[in-house]
Amino acid sequence: MNLRRPRWIWLALALGGVAAVGLAQAAWDDYLLSIVNFVGIYAILAVSLNLTNGFAGLFSLGHPGFMAIGGYVTAILTLPASRKAMFLALPGWLAGIELPFLPALLAGGAAATLTAFLLGLSVLRLSGHYLAVATMGFLIIVQVLIENWESVTRGPLGLNGLAALTDLWWVYGGLLAAVYVSWKVKFSSFGRSMLAMREDSLAAQCLGVNLFRTRVAALAIGAFFAGVAGGLWAHLVTAITPGTFSLIMAFNIVVMVVVGGTGSITGAVVAAVVFSAATEIFRPLEESFEAYGIAEILMALVLLVILIYRPSGLFGSREPAFLTAGPTHEPGNHPATAKGGQR
Amino acid sequence: MLKVADVHVYRGRTHVLKGVSLEVGRGDIVALIGANGAGKTTLLRTLSGLLRPRQGAIRFQPRADGPEVDLTRLAAEDIVGLGISHCPEGRGVFARLSVRENLLIGAYRRRDRGGIEEDYRRVRAIFPILEERAGQAAGSLSGGEQEMLAIGRALMSRPALLILDEPSLGLGPMVVARLFDVLAEINRQGVTLLLVEQNAVAALNLARRGYVLETGRMVLAGPSAELLEDPNVRRAYLGGAA
Amino acid sequence: MTADYIAQQIVNGLILGSMYALVAIGFSMIYGIVRLINFAHGDIVMIGAFVTLGLLQSLGAPLPVVAVGVLLSGAGMGIAVERAAFRPMRGAPQVTGFIASLAVSIMLQNLGILTLTAQPRNFAFPDYLQALIHVGAVGFRVIDVVIMLSAVLLMGLLLLLVHRTRLGMAMRATAENLDVARLMGIPINRTIRAAFAVGSGLAAIAGLMWGGKFGQIDPLLGYVPGLKSFVAAVIGGVGSIPGAILGGYVLGLAEVLFVGLLPPIYSAFRDAFVFAALILILLALPNGILGKAAEDRA
Repeated sequence: MNLRRPRWIWLALALGGVAAVGLAQAAWDDYLLSIVNFVGIYAILAVSLNLTNGFAGLFSLGHPGFMAIGGYVTAILTLPASRKAMFLALPGWLAGIELPFLPALLAGGAAATLTAFLLGLSVLRLSGHYLAVATMGFLIIVQVLIENWESVTRGPLGLNGLAALTDLWWVYGGLLAAVYVSWKVKFSSFGRSMLAMREDSLAAQCLGVNLFRTRVAALAIGAFFAGVAGGLWAHLVTAITPGTFSLIMAFNIVVMVVVGGTGSITGAVVAAVVFSAATEIFRPLEESFEAYGIAEILMALVLLVILIYRPSGLFGSREPAFLTAGPTHEPGNHPATAKGGQR
Repeated sequence: MLKVADVHVYRGRTHVLKGVSLEVGRGDIVALIGANGAGKTTLLRTLSGLLRPRQGAIRFQPRADGPEVDLTRLAAEDIVGLGISHCPEGRGVFARLSVRENLLIGAYRRRDRGGIEEDYRRVRAIFPILEERAGQAAGSLSGGEQEMLAIGRALMSRPALLILDEPSLGLGPMVVARLFDVLAEINRQGVTLLLVEQNAVAALNLARRGYVLETGRMVLAGPSAELLEDPNVRRAYLGGAA
Repeated sequence: MTADYIAQQIVNGLILGSMYALVAIGFSMIYGIVRLINFAHGDIVMIGAFVTLGLLQSLGAPLPVVAVGVLLSGAGMGIAVERAAFRPMRGAPQVTGFIASLAVSIMLQNLGILTLTAQPRNFAFPDYLQALIHVGAVGFRVIDVVIMLSAVLLMGLLLLLVHRTRLGMAMRATAENLDVARLMGIPINRTIRAAFAVGSGLAAIAGLMWGGKFGQIDPLLGYVPGLKSFVAAVIGGVGSIPGAILGGYVLGLAEVLFVGLLPPIYSAFRDAFVFAALILILLALPNGILGKAAEDRA
């Protein structure tokens, strides 16, 4: 990144962030911590979907599928061999493995990415609402597989008793990584290709953008972070069940991305924070009034209103000016293009 | 009959028509010529109510003894009801409907069965080929036949004013000549014509008055004979000075 | 795997197919006229089922009256959905319309859960409908016959409407080219509303049939038939009414035969199979079996 800000501001922010997380982790109670963790995981999901949907304009409803794959792989890898034997019937080499959190998370992410490649090779020739429906089909296929492949996933019961490995460090570290990667992608020539493709795919092709590879890459990167988010989720709830990875979850993440502004990383984070915090606050209200479903109805209403009156979302495709340190960060103005572009 | 006064039309943020005015007298044939992208189709679509001007007035007086109506506030379907029929660019026939259905749909707003039957006969008399192909899907007709279908369909609403957007597009010269003969005959039978064309020669020869539209502005207006002789027009649209 | 068993499966497939076809028709009508996927279409099926329950239980009305009531409520709901989610999206990119209808669908489902609770309810049609008939070794109930016959009747009426009436002609013209239809003086808002009303009415009747056939309904019941009707419409060629009918029966038969002919452990994978088939068709045969001149697929 071409910064006009002095380096020390970033260092100060980083130290501040570390201090804040450390304090919170030590001082807050479990309930508050779990809410903040959920919010963080939703933020990761929103940022990762923003990459696929927002930057590249590929409407994917399959994100919870990648989340599920990442989550289950991570869970299976962190489960002690004894518990694995209790629940599952895994092949020998897998049954004995027990990994620490980081490699397991990365493996989960990798598994999701691999699936994204395979999915992408098949469906990314479609576009618009046909792509959306195809990704929905993918989600349903994943759901059905998870629910029925009992030897690997324990079917509808899911896996429980997972170690509570997720904490603020992991979640916000993950979020930081997701934001960093998204930011780098957005303000690189690769990101500009994606944006060009989103705006006018024919023109982009004429400029030499390889549509197919760009789309697959967008899907794969988004899937990686969704997979990691799935692993974080599983070890926050200490259980993983197929019901979590539903179309409703896909819809909720889409709402966050659309309302925040498709293409805006800041928008995705802000919307994720607002919506997931609001949902968590609504949950006890729903229970006490026996009014289940109100939070979803409200989210859907907000989405409809935004679609009608402000379809580009709160932040549009941009990041707020104070974060981009001057005009050099607008995708059209990057110094690299002035010099003829580099790849 | 039709008075367009200082109309400004925007497509998105682009200012396409910049203060355009034109007049069509009752019983007249008026030609509007101009290059691609000048805004001719935009103007016609505005007249028909598919687009709304941001500024300006369009007044239409369907009957000489009747009132004037401001078209800019009417819905497209009501403008058709007033007596303006628009034969769109590229014919716009409904390919999957039959020729007969296309013609009948032109009369959608009308309720007088007898009158519709009569006009159906008249149109088929003017364009006998349509009689032959009545049951066929409109998409299977040739370009010239589709243009005839489009014009016939437009006539089915018994319009007072018939607007045609580039009727000669993609048609060979003999077909165009016949088409324009038919248009002259239609005019003789009492239909006012407003004709938009890139084929300036044919249009100005048919019309009595003409306008020239260039990038959203009306740059010339006058009797078509004069326009045919005008050196600027000749250079730009008629293939050079002769 | 006897001939009788296969015959039975085929009959079952036709019954299921009739219901899918009715829902798929509405779906295709709407897609044909506004070029948008109506995600909330499946939920109209759910509404039809619940209205049936309500009318039967609280009014004790005879079945034909219930059917009319269901048709009207479905039509009304369709008009409401059009006004709320589709009219404002006219002209917006495809995907926006899709998300909007998804939002409406989720709202309807959750409104259902809110007001009716997620508990499944039982349905009981009059006994004479449950009577078993046997033709050779193939067995079915009176209600199955009623379902198939009414479905065929409704499809016939619909095709008459679309091909022999002024309104039908207007719908076909509007579906083909909205702007030129306006130039003909066709009142497109009314025409689009009519398409939604008719399509949704059919979906609601399918809900009545669904409830009668399967005996149990809940607010989330529309999700699967809705998606599957989309698959059926795509199989036949989305936007085409004969395609929707064909697709509905093909899907119904395929689904039943998949479960009936393969070993039982595969039955649970039925839905995965349906959607894998969808993806394949979207890739290989995007215009469906009846392969109409390609709509704008981008």
